[in-house]
Amino acid sequence: MTIDLNSTTFGKREERLGSVVGYVGTIKDLASQSRCGSLKDRGRCFSQSSSCDAGCVLGYISHIRDIAIINHAPSGCTAGASSVITNQTQLASKRGLSYNTVILGTDMNESDTIFGAAGTLRDTILETYNRYKPAAIFVTTSCVSGIIGEDVDSVIAETGEELPIPVVPIHCEGFKSKVWATGFDAADHAILSRIVAPPRKKGNFINFKNFNESARDDIVEMFRAIGVDVFMIYSNTTLEELSHISEALATISICGTLASYLGNGLEQQHGVPYIKTINPLGVAGFETWFRDIGRVIGKEAEAEAYIERERALYLPKLEEVKAKLKGLRVVLGMGSSFAFQVARVIQELGMEVAYIASWHYDSRYDDGSPPPHVQYLAEHSPRDFNISVADQQNFEILNILNQYKPDLYLARHPGTTVWAVKQGVPSIFMADEYMSFGYKRTLSFAYTILDRITNRSFEKNLSSRIKLPYTDWWYRQESASLYQEAK
Amino acid sequence: MGRTLDQVRYKCALGAMQTVQSIERVLPILHAGPGCSDKLSTGNGNSGHFAPRIFPCTNLSEKEIVFGGEERLRETIENALRVIDADLYVVITGCSSEIIGDDSAEVVNSFRLQGKPVIHASTAGFKGNNYLGYEWILQALFEQFLDDGREYETEKGLVNVFASLPLHDPFWYGNLDALENLLADIGLEANIIFGYGKGLKNIERIPRAEFSLVVNPWLGLESAQLLEQKFGVPCLHYPNLPVGAFETSKFLMEVSEFAKLDVEKTKKLIADKESKYYYYIERFADIFLENRIMSKRFTVVSDAQYALALTRFLVNDMGLFPQKQYAMEDVPARHQSTIREYFKDMNYGIEAEISFETDGHTVHDEIEKADYMGYPLLIGSAWEKKVAVETAAHFLSISWPLNERLVINSSYVGYEGALKFLEDIYSVVLTRYT
Repeated sequence: MTIDLNSTTFGKREERLGSVVGYVGTIKDLASQSRCGSLKDRGRCFSQSSSCDAGCVLGYISHIRDIAIINHAPSGCTAGASSVITNQTQLASKRGLSYNTVILGTDMNESDTIFGAAGTLRDTILETYNRYKPAAIFVTTSCVSGIIGEDVDSVIAETGEELPIPVVPIHCEGFKSKVWATGFDAADHAILSRIVAPPRKKGNFINFKNFNESARDDIVEMFRAIGVDVFMIYSNTTLEELSHISEALATISICGTLASYLGNGLEQQHGVPYIKTINPLGVAGFETWFRDIGRVIGKEAEAEAYIERERALYLPKLEEVKAKLKGLRVVLGMGSSFAFQVARVIQELGMEVAYIASWHYDSRYDDGSPPPHVQYLAEHSPRDFNISVADQQNFEILNILNQYKPDLYLARHPGTTVWAVKQGVPSIFMADEYMSFGYKRTLSFAYTILDRITNRSFEKNLSSRIKLPYTDWWYRQESASLYQEAK
Repeated sequence: MGRTLDQVRYKCALGAMQTVQSIERVLPILHAGPGCSDKLSTGNGNSGHFAPRIFPCTNLSEKEIVFGGEERLRETIENALRVIDADLYVVITGCSSEIIGDDSAEVVNSFRLQGKPVIHASTAGFKGNNYLGYEWILQALFEQFLDDGREYETEKGLVNVFASLPLHDPFWYGNLDALENLLADIGLEANIIFGYGKGLKNIERIPRAEFSLVVNPWLGLESAQLLEQKFGVPCLHYPNLPVGAFETSKFLMEVSEFAKLDVEKTKKLIADKESKYYYYIERFADIFLENRIMSKRFTVVSDAQYALALTRFLVNDMGLFPQKQYAMEDVPARHQSTIREYFKDMNYGIEAEISFETDGHTVHDEIEKADYMGYPLLIGSAWEKKVAVETAAHFLSISWPLNERLVINSSYVGYEGALKFLEDIYSVVLTRYT
């Protein structure tokens, strides 16, 4: 599907990527339905609180330094502003950078829902510029601004003409998409359409889309070894730097869910190749990915030499720990990409994937191809296994864990790891996206698992003293029993 | 111009989900967008028995926005009753469901008519903030759960206590605990509904209390007055959260007099408590008095509760001088002039200026321009970190948003709490030398 940068809005994931938030089946069925484009969403007649695309936008776009974000919304929608600012400030200070991005809100009230708040928005944009002189102002929308039909684009167009900086809308009404990851695309759409300039010259660098650049030093060194620089997006970037990403040799990413829109957009609009292989988690993932980067930028020999050196250093150590992990049964609960990528690493380390709960699932990416990590897993798994698309539904996860009784539960995103532990299942919170990146981190991931399943004190102590919130009735049901039929 | 929310210090009314969350075995059901609970659950202590990821939510999507969400709410409640084991289910409504005109109260009523333990509070985010949402939850509990024609007999010595905003105020738990202990010391039993081991049984005792005690400049007052109207439970409004010997002793005397307790016994208790408190103060007075860097003047940027409580402690116990103080929770206009008076009756005729603000940027501008006659002492939230660096202030964060500090159950209330507050202040002060 072609990405249209002339509009301020863009298609949500359900429409662009055939994404679903409710599915139950097996890995082979999912892979086959993704290839045929036949996957249908199943709703739920019971759900627990999830996340929205607006929250995703605020957390993600705020990685950029020295901008202003104005959330056109009631106060609660901006409640996360401070913790986001604190985290981004901590990430910047780790690199010795200053971080001056601000997040403001229009604090919409009852009369705004009747008469609109275009005036308040306008005043807030101008006042924000006067106070902070940011490099750009991004205006994010909300359920309320969307339902009352506020003409945000007009206010932005007008103030944009008055101010010497870009004023950019990000449409992320919380009810629009059932897939909160649509927020990544909303942020990328704003950057691609309003900040990225046509290439002025070709650079000797690769765009690397990620979250918090926790493995930055190793990644910089790795690319230096093959003679190129790396530009990590968006953590600690400036708008000026981002205007040049069209000049990159290629775009790569840590997560297909995260980078589809920007990667494919840069490829379609500016001819920057987007590496679409499985992601660099575990050995097979890393090598497939790194070799393809080498191929695309003409550094095959250098990439091969790097792989050779790292293999010699780490593969023997990995074999050692694998022996201790053999046969462990693992349940995973993660996003549309990580769930299947980490599952691959689990199988590589000699463990068994008992079940995968993917928070949502994109059945194709913006180039129209089905996610390679699901195809890979379906082809390479020793046997077919059950999966669901579980939209972070805690009650489903605890039901699944009760049914499968795994040795280990792995999750990204807050809200289930601690509950698995409360149910007595050893768990690892894999928030750091680099937790099994490349050889070195795959090794430390393996030892983290070993440590976790060896010392079970915390879960034993806690789970034996508390009661879980779910009824016995619920534990007797199938985890997908409150799904509706596919339409 | 309209309001600019620069440095958000409060959440929207749906943030009252935290008020429900802090009552054991009472479960909020959100008729709201998919991200509401996620956004409102910032802060720590969110993996208890019922927690944001457990809350049933209709996760309103485009379909319900267009066609209405009442059926979605009905099936969510129905299944919540089957899936999650709670004593009471409180349906709270967010912006989306209210703007599209869903009749949530009617849906909830249909469950109540079947005898299901479900009540409803309207908490749309655009209607007010989480401080008001707290009152609306209390009022819903009193009106829909308690006011069912039952007769209640008064229990002698039982006191309903309302103080800090649960979960939003990082010290809410410790504060209630400290107040409970202080009341126990003078022979009263605190009836608190929030926190460990309380829950529905304590809500049911509310109409039996001898009186309600509201320890806050304004929050909870109107809810307690509703108890007076509905159940004849009188209300003692004690505006100041007592921190330190001077204020705590005053608090104990006033409550004793109101409750017609043996005042001589209270005086004896106070003498003992003060004696021990001053044992510590005497030992550590060298740190307080003989250092080169401690501030002479201070500012609190918090809600009215802490602006008042910490100002009174620092003035009346510690002998410091107040600069301007700031209450940031959008205090309703009807309470503001009364609260101003509370800042005027301190020792030696000292008065403090209190400003009611919502715009943190304006406050920081004023702090930067003020002369603190030395290093400022700045007590606030994560938002004050930057201005503290710019003004070389001693900085302690105590209020939401509290990002770089963990509070589990500590408190600054009472004699003991004041010592903890001094520990925290001087742990900052001692990191510098001049």
